[in-house]
Amino acid sequence: MTSTPTPPIASEDSLTTQGASGGPRPVKKLSRLEKRAIAAKGKLSSPWASGIAILLAILWTVPTVGLLVTSFRPQIDILSSGWWTTLRDPEFTLSNYEQALYGSSANLATYFVNSIVITLPAVVIPITLALLASYAFAWIDFKGRSILFVAVFALQIVPIQITLIPLLRQYVQWDIAGTFWTVWLSHSIFALPLAIFLLHNFMKDIPPSLVEAARVDGAGHVKIFFRVLLPLLVPAIASFAIFQFLWVWNDLLVGLTFANPDSRPLTVAVADLAGSRGGDWHLLTAGAFISMIVPLVVFLALQRYFVRGLLAGSVKG
Amino acid sequence: MTRTMTVTKRRTYAAIAGGAALALTLAACGGDDGEGGGGGGGDDEPTASSIDCEAYDEFGDLEGTTVNVYTSIVEPEQQTQEDSYDPFEECTGVEVKYEGSREFEAQLLVRIQAGNAPDIAYLPQPGLLRTIVEDFDAIVPAPDATAANVDEYFSESWKDYGTVDGTFYAAPLGSNVKSYVWYSPSMFADAGYEVPQTWDEMIDLSDQIVADGQMPWCAGFGSGDATGWPGTDWIEDVVLRTAGPEVYDQWYTHEIPFNDPQIVEAFDTAGEILKNDEYVNAGLGGIDSIATTEWTAGGVPILAGQCWMHRAANFYQTQWPEGTEVGEDGDVFAFYLPTNQTDVRPVLGGGEFVGAFNDRPEVQAFQTYLSSADWANAKALTTPMGGWVSANNGLDPENLATTFDQLSAEILADPDAVIRFDASDLMPGEVGAGTFWTGMVDWVTGSSTQEVVDRIEASWP
Repeated sequence: MTSTPTPPIASEDSLTTQGASGGPRPVKKLSRLEKRAIAAKGKLSSPWASGIAILLAILWTVPTVGLLVTSFRPQIDILSSGWWTTLRDPEFTLSNYEQALYGSSANLATYFVNSIVITLPAVVIPITLALLASYAFAWIDFKGRSILFVAVFALQIVPIQITLIPLLRQYVQWDIAGTFWTVWLSHSIFALPLAIFLLHNFMKDIPPSLVEAARVDGAGHVKIFFRVLLPLLVPAIASFAIFQFLWVWNDLLVGLTFANPDSRPLTVAVADLAGSRGGDWHLLTAGAFISMIVPLVVFLALQRYFVRGLLAGSVKG
Repeated sequence: MTRTMTVTKRRTYAAIAGGAALALTLAACGGDDGEGGGGGGGDDEPTASSIDCEAYDEFGDLEGTTVNVYTSIVEPEQQTQEDSYDPFEECTGVEVKYEGSREFEAQLLVRIQAGNAPDIAYLPQPGLLRTIVEDFDAIVPAPDATAANVDEYFSESWKDYGTVDGTFYAAPLGSNVKSYVWYSPSMFADAGYEVPQTWDEMIDLSDQIVADGQMPWCAGFGSGDATGWPGTDWIEDVVLRTAGPEVYDQWYTHEIPFNDPQIVEAFDTAGEILKNDEYVNAGLGGIDSIATTEWTAGGVPILAGQCWMHRAANFYQTQWPEGTEVGEDGDVFAFYLPTNQTDVRPVLGGGEFVGAFNDRPEVQAFQTYLSSADWANAKALTTPMGGWVSANNGLDPENLATTFDQLSAEILADPDAVIRFDASDLMPGEVGAGTFWTGMVDWVTGSSTQEVVDRIEASWP
């Protein structure tokens, strides 16, 4: 994953140098760059560097492995010894998973559905709104555009925590507290500033000539948006979608504050697995892995977009 | 049975391997049916017919109304709570909607401020009740019928904990007895030890165990962001024993400073056990391992025969790993933390209180039900695993599920018992849920008693 960013930067460099110096020499320039790239590759792939990278990777993974091993250990073992002792005395059971999934009336599997019901609209709503807003910010010249954009961007620094009580008060006044709507709305509100910022930067990067050409051909805003920009925006949209998906799926605070017992997401249910006095904390490892499956699959499947899109949106801004 | 087991297992595998949400949804339905059937069987045990429905006539026709209850009690105790409301629901037709959350204490204040308070909340500390009464205009005083029940079934001191500035707000619900030492009856019998009757006998027994080449005590103070509270219980229990209940009252009301010599003496008496490297921490490590051991795991070495005694509250009963038999001739049992006092028999207790944020008739009726002997008995019957007891003197000990719960009920009902509420729950939050906790961690990891009590005293608001 860490090695992925290198190629785009190299190609980007080559593009600019190519553009600056123009015509006949790009082949030579490219080869020098290539040499440099090869040299850098050689340096990066030295046995020392690889060793350190592997070591870091192992150190980074150890806690997760420990969690995974623990989730399969019997309760008494979890309480009395560390997970590494399984090497000496391996004993595994699925009872933690059974108990976490079906152990009580608080059935984790039902919360799985809630999490999905919460997550999908909470990803689609902010992306839709942010696309429209960022198009306006990027391509429609209206009065006070810059100030408004800075204002939207500045909203990012408002911590989510200080908005909880005023927002909940508002929902109570509107009489929608405790429904899925409040959760969707809240997630959308919290996601919009960053979404608008990222998508706006990406849209700004699209050469104006493309838009102008479309305009000359008689395309209106709607046509430009759907026919010209949207196809180019797919990586950015995908990357933000993944980002937002992971954030909403893993969110505890918003779900805890705004969702009623019937619409609780998985995270809230997992947090309650430990029992009133925390006595069942041995179930948390299993609960954590159950809730991790979906984001893990999403992340692994769409990793490519994630890295590419992040670079595209924020770094160039 | 076997068939469902394999199905469940296969489904769990599928879930782990694929993470397919659909598979889980299907599995959920399957699991649900099984659970529902089992639970349904249990539901019928407590008979609603035994309760007197006339008590709720004065609140009018409540058919079809709903009461929201918000508490810190989650699964598996949640089910026993919900089941215990059945007789009331059958009598009045009120639907009780239960919501439990481990984040209750933070979320309740958020909801109150947002104007979204539940109808009823179970407040685990009198300190929280005081905060809510003083800082917000949301809680309503208890109705007369509830107050009458509390006068009838609870002792005066329990009513006082639910009273702020002369107004009675919250009736007691469940109660805890914290003055217990857990031990293994069979290990004691094999070694020829006897349950100590005085503090000195307990120290003699500890020395005896050391002489026999073992470590007597184990302890754990770890509890997430509340790490340290089991330590405060230790100290409170010892203050009650070395300084007495009067000094205890002056201590938590801050009539005497936290670093008063009598409190220092109590710390040092507790330190003779907790900070004695020959006594602790059996099966877990050195003295400082007390701070890092989860309180729920603190007594587990008893099962492995590594540790002999572990001081913990009655609710530790449900924390033992599955399959542990609690009883006088089971794997583990508890004795009353002994005292050298002959005139009083101090007991450290705790409990929840029922606060109401609405005065609709159905809410008041439910409050009244919760403070009645009918509810206490219904709750006892719906808690087949035990681990619950109430200071309600209308509770018939016969209804309690385990002999251990009966022992707790006996201690609570004992007229000689001097029951004092957990001091850290009564002290201001900065101390009782702050420096007292962290101070206990410092204390077992090397700080001297004087340093710790001085620091806590300095933090008193």
